[in-house]
Amino acid sequence: MPRISVTVDGVTYEDDVEPRLLLVYYLRERLGLTGTNVGCDTSNCGACTVLFNGRSAKSCTILAAQADGAEVTTIQGLARNGEWHPLQKAFNAEHGLQCGYCTPGMIMASVDLLEHNDDPTDEEVRHGLEGNLCRCTGYQNIVKAVRAAAGEVREGATS
Amino acid sequence: MTDTATPATGGIGDAPVRKEDAKLVTGQTTWTDNIAFPGMTYMAVLRSPMAHAKINSVDVSAALEQPGVLAAFSGADLADEWAGPLPCAWPVTPDMVHPDHWPIAKDEARYVGDAVAVVVARDRFAAADALEHIAVDYEPLDAVVDMEAAIADGAALVHGDHGTNTTYTWPFSNGDVDEAFNGAHKVVTRRFINQRLIPNAIEPRAVVVAPIAAANEFTMYTATQVPHILRLMLALTTGVPESKLRVIAPDVGGGFGSKLNVYAEELMALVLAKRLGRPIKWTETRSEGYQTTIHGRDQIQDVEAAFDEDGRLRGLRVKLLADMGAYLQLVTPGIPILGALMYPAIYKMDAYDFSCTGVFTNKTPTDAYRGAGRPEATYAIERTMDEAAVELGMDPMDLRRRNWITHEEFPFTTIAGMTYDSGNYEAATDKAMELFDYDGMRAEQQRRREAGDRYQLGIGISTYTEACGIAPSRVLGSLDYGAGGWEHATVRMLPSGKVEVVTGLSPHGQGHETTFSQIVADTLGVPFEDVEILHGDTKVAPQGLDTYGSRSLAVGGIAIYKATQRMLDKLKTAAAHMLEASPDDLEFSGGQFSVQGSPDTAMALGNVVLGVFAAHDLPDGYEPTLSAEFTFDPENFSFPHGTHLCAVEVDTETGMPQITKYVAVDDVGNVINPQIVDGQVHGGLAQGIAQALYEEAVYDDAGNLTTGSIVDYYVPGAPDLPEYTTDRTVTPATSNPLGVKGVGEAGTIASTPAVVNAVLDAVRHLGVTDLDMPCSPERVWRALQEGSASRDQVAAQAQGGQHA
Repeated sequence: MPRISVTVDGVTYEDDVEPRLLLVYYLRERLGLTGTNVGCDTSNCGACTVLFNGRSAKSCTILAAQADGAEVTTIQGLARNGEWHPLQKAFNAEHGLQCGYCTPGMIMASVDLLEHNDDPTDEEVRHGLEGNLCRCTGYQNIVKAVRAAAGEVREGATS
Repeated sequence: MTDTATPATGGIGDAPVRKEDAKLVTGQTTWTDNIAFPGMTYMAVLRSPMAHAKINSVDVSAALEQPGVLAAFSGADLADEWAGPLPCAWPVTPDMVHPDHWPIAKDEARYVGDAVAVVVARDRFAAADALEHIAVDYEPLDAVVDMEAAIADGAALVHGDHGTNTTYTWPFSNGDVDEAFNGAHKVVTRRFINQRLIPNAIEPRAVVVAPIAAANEFTMYTATQVPHILRLMLALTTGVPESKLRVIAPDVGGGFGSKLNVYAEELMALVLAKRLGRPIKWTETRSEGYQTTIHGRDQIQDVEAAFDEDGRLRGLRVKLLADMGAYLQLVTPGIPILGALMYPAIYKMDAYDFSCTGVFTNKTPTDAYRGAGRPEATYAIERTMDEAAVELGMDPMDLRRRNWITHEEFPFTTIAGMTYDSGNYEAATDKAMELFDYDGMRAEQQRRREAGDRYQLGIGISTYTEACGIAPSRVLGSLDYGAGGWEHATVRMLPSGKVEVVTGLSPHGQGHETTFSQIVADTLGVPFEDVEILHGDTKVAPQGLDTYGSRSLAVGGIAIYKATQRMLDKLKTAAAHMLEASPDDLEFSGGQFSVQGSPDTAMALGNVVLGVFAAHDLPDGYEPTLSAEFTFDPENFSFPHGTHLCAVEVDTETGMPQITKYVAVDDVGNVINPQIVDGQVHGGLAQGIAQALYEEAVYDDAGNLTTGSIVDYYVPGAPDLPEYTTDRTVTPATSNPLGVKGVGEAGTIASTPAVVNAVLDAVRHLGVTDLDMPCSPERVWRALQEGSASRDQVAAQAQGGQHA
């Protein structure tokens, strides 16, 4: 069994993993980090999106064995010193979620999106999140939330 | 409503941010698949790869040899475990064909995905691996996939021993239908295919059973909309006493009807936990869910509408074929009946004739999917109105105005016997037309037609109503449904002044905790944050009928409101005693009881609560309780309505339709939380638009689901959906004290015909007269090719005539 060393939400773990084990199941079932969800088995829905070495990635497309040496951030590691990330606040304020099952993935994908474009248009948000499916919101308030968070991120950067 | 001063945030009509969100945006959720117990095992199900086959034998012995496998069973092995088959609670006719539906097939598999064997292993991977070691000897039987083929003479039978694929025929008729049609100036005849859809809640179904086997006690956690209904049905189907079962719906990630059911895997997990004495978890994969979680829609709708020359609607005839799939799930046969009384919609007419024939096919069972029968009805009537406008040479909105119930006419009993309590179709339509710039859009459409623009513009209308807030128990009884439609609430004051509200509803994304906190905070004059809503656990909320049919606010919310009033009445009696005044002289405002005329003689609600808690000095015979209950059974459905206008641009070279403007003006009565209501409308629109443009569950002739994963079944993403312009008119419902109506399904019900009408309107002048859903670019492109071919033919004939 491959042995991996992986840092998840700031904590480094060393584990033997079955070669076929997907990162998402390593997170959920070995580390107990159930904030990251599984929504499909074909890498379409994006519910399992995390940051993998700083870039958004669907954790069902990565083997745990491939995460050796990687740094992973999940929804559970996004808040800083107990304060929510601007995206977490904005999803709440703009009603960007209903059942909330897609939300961890949606927020993590949005973190990456804002890293690359801190002032996206509606169109750019919609295309940036095309790998993440939501069945409840019809996306409108998700778009609003990401753009509202972008404003806060920009302000944070200049202050 | 009380005369309480509305708190600045958190009262009725405010939009405080949702209480539910903190756990959801931080990942601190309790989805069923997150739950684990020491010693927990995993269940996996072997499913039939054939749509119809005799099961000659099932050999699980090799699976049992696999490492980590605790047990493996065939359907025959578990046959004695069931006290009854999977339930169908809606026998719509006395002679409905109702074949037994066992959790695991014993001798015959009837759809691809039908359970054939089950394995329990130490983890989910070992369980999945073990399935490959089960040997099943199948003998293929003829499968019947198409509904019309299924009812033709000599068709293969889904249930051979019943001798027919016809499940039932349900008729309704009112008025002189022959007279309405015989005297008509024009009869518009259309066939609409309401295609099969897959609900696709983003959380897959999952169940965990934690047993105390020695005591025959079981706790089931399950991704369900209906923990109360499920508990009763588990007792009836497994023989475990209802009192020994606790069902918990923890955080549930969407439902849309797909989790309004009693599923084979829930029963299997329970009996295996009982048999093995170990906790058991089962979680579907998405593709497994596509085969085994109920599908929606799937009707063939034949509609005839008779009109006078001036556009007056004389009568309507509707004949449906409704695909049940291979078995009847919880309310499968009733779904088209929920729509039966809504085909007349907002229109007046002399006569209405309806019949629905339910049909068995070798496919996944259908059941409730967002709107459940009403989207189908609305699609058929709103498409028909646009088609009739073309045939009559009228503007489609003028035709609707000619026929709809005017606001002075409410309450109005329709030809289908429904009494609409209130509505104002004129107001919603005027607002929508203004927001949409209807006249401007028509002018732009004309300009593009004349210019022969590559991008043609179409305008689609849907002036819908629907019946929700399910439901008056007496009406359900008259429709042969197996239960009532009431809802229960308990309101408890805690000694510290906080409030606990217990509801029999079971939310899965709707924002109940926020909305109901607002109602209670407003009524009691306490802070929104001080109200806690408890739900979704049969031990915490023992009475309830759960969440579906846009019933939560209009039924369960009213139960909460009335229980809160009852609590207040009890406290008022105590307060009067404490203030040495007559209860009749007491008023309640701003969280304070005071004596009329002497405002200084007053007592805060919290102090009255403490006084009752201490019970040191209460009126003689006063029961020192801080709890009040109410069970509300509505006297009528609620009837949200509205006008939706959709503009679609069709690229005539590629067939690509693109929604460029969508205006929805809905009237859902009084609104508790406008942000949540808008969110419900947005999500509803998305699912209705998805039916119009993107989604379709497709089977091949052998009964294989060819759209078998989320790769092949197109769930729209953010770039596929437009920005919606939403607005409201407010015509309060008169059937409940808050004047509220349901909102959860309205957007889905309204939007599908608006979109398809718009696509057709864009290309009708190019010879396209009909389009099936989804209106994919390929379908539109082909229709354009055929349309232009037929126009060329007409032109050639005309030219030939000139030369002759």
